[in-house]
Amino acid sequence: MTTRRLADDAVQPDSFAFSPENADWVKTQVAKFPEGRQASAVIPLLWRAQEQEGWVSRAAIEETARLLDMPTIRVLEVATFYFMFQLSPTGSNAHIQVCGTTPCMLCGAESLVSVCETLIGPAHAVSADGLLSWEEVECLGACANAPMAQIDSWVKGGFHSDYYEDLDKDGFAAIIEAFRAGGYPKPGSQTGRFASEPLGAQTSLTADHTEHHNAAVAAAITEGAA
Amino acid sequence: MSSFDFLTDENRIFTNLYGQKDRSLKAVKARGHWDGTADILGKGRDWIVQEMKDSGLRGRGGAGFPTGLKWSFMPKESDGRPHYLVVNADESEPGTCKDREIMRHDPHTLIEGCLIASFAMGAHAAYIYIRGEYVREREALQRAIDEAYEDGLIGKNACGSGYDFDCYLSHGAGAYICGEETALIESLEGKKGMPRLKPPFPANVGLYGCPSTVNNVESIAVVPTILRRGGSWFAGFGRERNAGTKVFAISGHVNRPCVVEEAMSIPFQDLIDRHCGGFRGGYGNMKAVIPGGSSVPCLTNAQAKDVLMDFDALSALKSGLGTAAVIVMDESTDIIKAIWRLSKFYKHESCGQCTPCREGTGWMMRVMDRLVEGRAAVEEIDMLLEVTKQVEGHTICALGDAAAWPIQGLIRNFRDEIEERIKALDTGRVTAAVAAE
Repeated sequence: MTTRRLADDAVQPDSFAFSPENADWVKTQVAKFPEGRQASAVIPLLWRAQEQEGWVSRAAIEETARLLDMPTIRVLEVATFYFMFQLSPTGSNAHIQVCGTTPCMLCGAESLVSVCETLIGPAHAVSADGLLSWEEVECLGACANAPMAQIDSWVKGGFHSDYYEDLDKDGFAAIIEAFRAGGYPKPGSQTGRFASEPLGAQTSLTADHTEHHNAAVAAAITEGAA
Repeated sequence: MSSFDFLTDENRIFTNLYGQKDRSLKAVKARGHWDGTADILGKGRDWIVQEMKDSGLRGRGGAGFPTGLKWSFMPKESDGRPHYLVVNADESEPGTCKDREIMRHDPHTLIEGCLIASFAMGAHAAYIYIRGEYVREREALQRAIDEAYEDGLIGKNACGSGYDFDCYLSHGAGAYICGEETALIESLEGKKGMPRLKPPFPANVGLYGCPSTVNNVESIAVVPTILRRGGSWFAGFGRERNAGTKVFAISGHVNRPCVVEEAMSIPFQDLIDRHCGGFRGGYGNMKAVIPGGSSVPCLTNAQAKDVLMDFDALSALKSGLGTAAVIVMDESTDIIKAIWRLSKFYKHESCGQCTPCREGTGWMMRVMDRLVEGRAAVEEIDMLLEVTKQVEGHTICALGDAAAWPIQGLIRNFRDEIEERIKALDTGRVTAAVAAE
């Protein structure tokens, strides 16, 4: 297990509030669960808070507890248990998560880690310009497209979370620099694969191809990826 | 040439696994999904459960428990508590990336399966719990759920069957342990994902204290096609007790890694040669393979040579089919380091509830740290093996076992290499000492 603590008081904001759109969205999440079971929405709410602010602050935890009528300690437990919750500020443009588990490691994930160290700095710390941060994470479940990284970004006027797959060192460096410059590079396979089919001649499902992008890439394009 | 009868597209359940074909609901229906769903429900719960038993489907989440049998554990009548279907979409086992393709590219197979499975268990609601990292997959699946509601396929009087059914999507936030069914339930209830002691089993006391069944995405998504084409059709693929088609995910040192649906019991080499363009450097260059996701022990080149990819053949070799996530490693691989990385993974992901796992995973990782460098005594190999045995079977859930097995596989199959590395470092020390004189 891994011990995770909230950030220092010095960086904790005094208050947190969901934006009006997010406040409406909160109601739709609570409505998914039976009467009295609103605590079930705690992970989606904390995640939305992170999408909005870039990380989960103590104030966000307290506000989530209030909205769901939960003891604050229960929400604190959840925020510190689940690894996707960033408990300290992240880069304002992007937070990069390099998958380092064995299938990606076999395909060169260590070289991606060194790219991050060179271009951004130490893991779990924001870069000097404040724009980027990174960490090594455990298996992201895209092993047939290894090595890969998930990049959460706050560019082009919104939040995005995408998988960048079939990476190599130079291409990955270019993606990171694009995010630094406020761009939103196209996610998905960087070697031209559509999804997780074998590269080159396909061995199954060869007929009736009409879509131009896989579902994940298509969604990113509608949000401004190019 | 291989004599194996490869699966053809006509017999593939996931007809749009890569998402290249039109993903609209209209096109999904044209490919045969959502066809006669109300008629299937009209045949009744008992017929559905029996047909699933006859199909021979074993759970696709790793454990391989017969799906029809699992459904039959649910109470026949409600005692006033609602029943729930919970779909485990927390795909996190290293090497595994099959459910992802189903959810983002063929999501209606899963939603239709949820309706049928829920009906078969007297559940009027299904919760799909998807891992938090699958943000785009979540969006695609939610879009499909919304489409199904708008089209009357689910909701009140689903498909005009007279049965009311709601399907909800929720998610996690990065905790491998939530793939364990009771931890998943805890997480869905808004708590830390710490596994529950069993019994009581979820079929009696599950989500919100109500009878629940937790099934893997693929297990549910294959249901509609099985029922349309018949349990015997599905049972026609693979060997006895290992029936059906299966989505394999192949990663690592093959020429063209991919996710592909094939027939069960396909010979290992045929799977790689046909769909992955062969092994990098040829089969002779393969050092080891983890055939079923990180939790199962690795096999050597010689062991894997003629193995069939199914539950029984792989467990006969003291490994397992698991999630059918095949991780191939060639001769260039530092096998000790590859397994060390898995030890690091399990140490990171242990929930901390049971002492043998919380302490043991850290202990095992620290010994593995040293074995990678050879900075150990040869006797420590047996000590490590002994510790894996002390962790295995002594925890509430199977994470302890999962952390132990890869190391056991390493020591069983590559003990020489570990010893050589230790000796090489020792020799190096001697040489350095001599050189300093």
